[in-house]
Amino acid sequence: MSFKVVVDYDLCESNAICMQIAPEVFEVRDDDFLYVLADEPEETQREKVEEAVQRCPKQAIAIAEA
Amino acid sequence: MDSVAVIGASLAGLRAIETLRRDGFEGRIHLVGAERHRPYDRPPLSKQILAGDWETERIWLTSDEALSDLGCEPLFGVSAVALDPETLQVDLSTGDALDVDGVVIATGARTRTLGDPLGGVFTLRTVDDAQSIAAAFDQGPDRVVVIGAGFIGAEVASTARERGIAVTMIEAAQTPFERSLGTEMGAVIVDMHRDQGVDVRVGVTCEELIGEQNVTGVRLSDGSVIDATVVVVGIGVTPNIEWLVTSGLDITNGVLCDATMLAAPRIVAAGDVARWPNRLFDEVMRVEHWDNATGQAVHAAKRLLHGSSVGEYAPVPWFWTDQYDRKIQLAGRTTGFDEVIVVEGAVEDRRFAALYRKADRLVGVLGFNRPRHVMRYRGLIESRTSWSDAMAAQF
Repeated sequence: MSFKVVVDYDLCESNAICMQIAPEVFEVRDDDFLYVLADEPEETQREKVEEAVQRCPKQAIAIAEA
Repeated sequence: MDSVAVIGASLAGLRAIETLRRDGFEGRIHLVGAERHRPYDRPPLSKQILAGDWETERIWLTSDEALSDLGCEPLFGVSAVALDPETLQVDLSTGDALDVDGVVIATGARTRTLGDPLGGVFTLRTVDDAQSIAAAFDQGPDRVVVIGAGFIGAEVASTARERGIAVTMIEAAQTPFERSLGTEMGAVIVDMHRDQGVDVRVGVTCEELIGEQNVTGVRLSDGSVIDATVVVVGIGVTPNIEWLVTSGLDITNGVLCDATMLAAPRIVAAGDVARWPNRLFDEVMRVEHWDNATGQAVHAAKRLLHGSSVGEYAPVPWFWTDQYDRKIQLAGRTTGFDEVIVVEGAVEDRRFAALYRKADRLVGVLGFNRPRHVMRYRGLIESRTSWSDAMAAQF
């Protein structure tokens, strides 16, 4: 079982909360944009990504089961 | 534990319910919310809703279907009026009562007001408030007066300016945000508003709201009068604790909890209403931020379900505010800081990160359009990094 990280870039405001929670998956770079480093992260990242989904102030992140 | 009552149907209440279910709680969950709406997100109220950019539909945090999937029994438009901490009976404004095995207190806070309201005088906390102010803005007022240059006031001023409305913002302190950001950084925010055409008046208070039925102007403590048909009062909030007066809980400036968010056996609290000792800063605090409502609710729900093994709740408070094209973020606990130093970017560009020192420790980071730096330094605050190590860090 694997999962995909889906970011709605129309909603994303680069608050970088996700980067603090799951730095292996999310990175906000110097251009202030969010980059997803792993579209389909390891299963071990799932809990962190779930927390990022919940903590995102813009509700811009979702998980899709791949 | 067979049943839980979650009192308060906003962000914290919803996150508590989601956590209870995710962690395997299978009993009944009652959700009691004083507003007639299902849980919604408040940050867009002062921005997208006031600007008229978003339909109200976009702020709901959940759907009726999702609430039903969570197996929660919502009571909207109903308030809790009393709690017996021995029996865990919750009395409701309908005259009914809930008898439960666990209680999550998440009743939030309400806006402070300036006495009897005239027409055209608003506060902003709820979606109904935001719609009323948006409707007043739609009338094309000649000027809006914002009383209080806190973050809500500043966001309202920002949105009004972006709608082309003239704005006067008054602030009792000599510098807005003086306590949290310091005079230097507070001045950056004032300058930003002045550059956008806001008439910012500091060191003055509202003496009188002038008008018979509807407001026509504001008389200030320096004797000046500003004509305005719309006034938005943003002078802070007060926690909703009156319903707990007979409970015997300590409700001085919020519901006092221990470091794990337990207020009494089988009773936890979270969000704007909760006060607790945050060990990271050795301070009893009450935090009115979106991010805290989520994190604290998750922790409180786990505390209720799993007991003290979940540990203490000791986060680095963090919030953001969007004003004009700037994203301003503050992480940490800066009140009473000793020094602030810009470590990245330039204040003149309004794109920078500044660090706050208290004694020999990094206690805060302020960012203007610098989210990446704020989060990196937030991590350092969390790990109790010394000032010298923080100054040496490179991001």
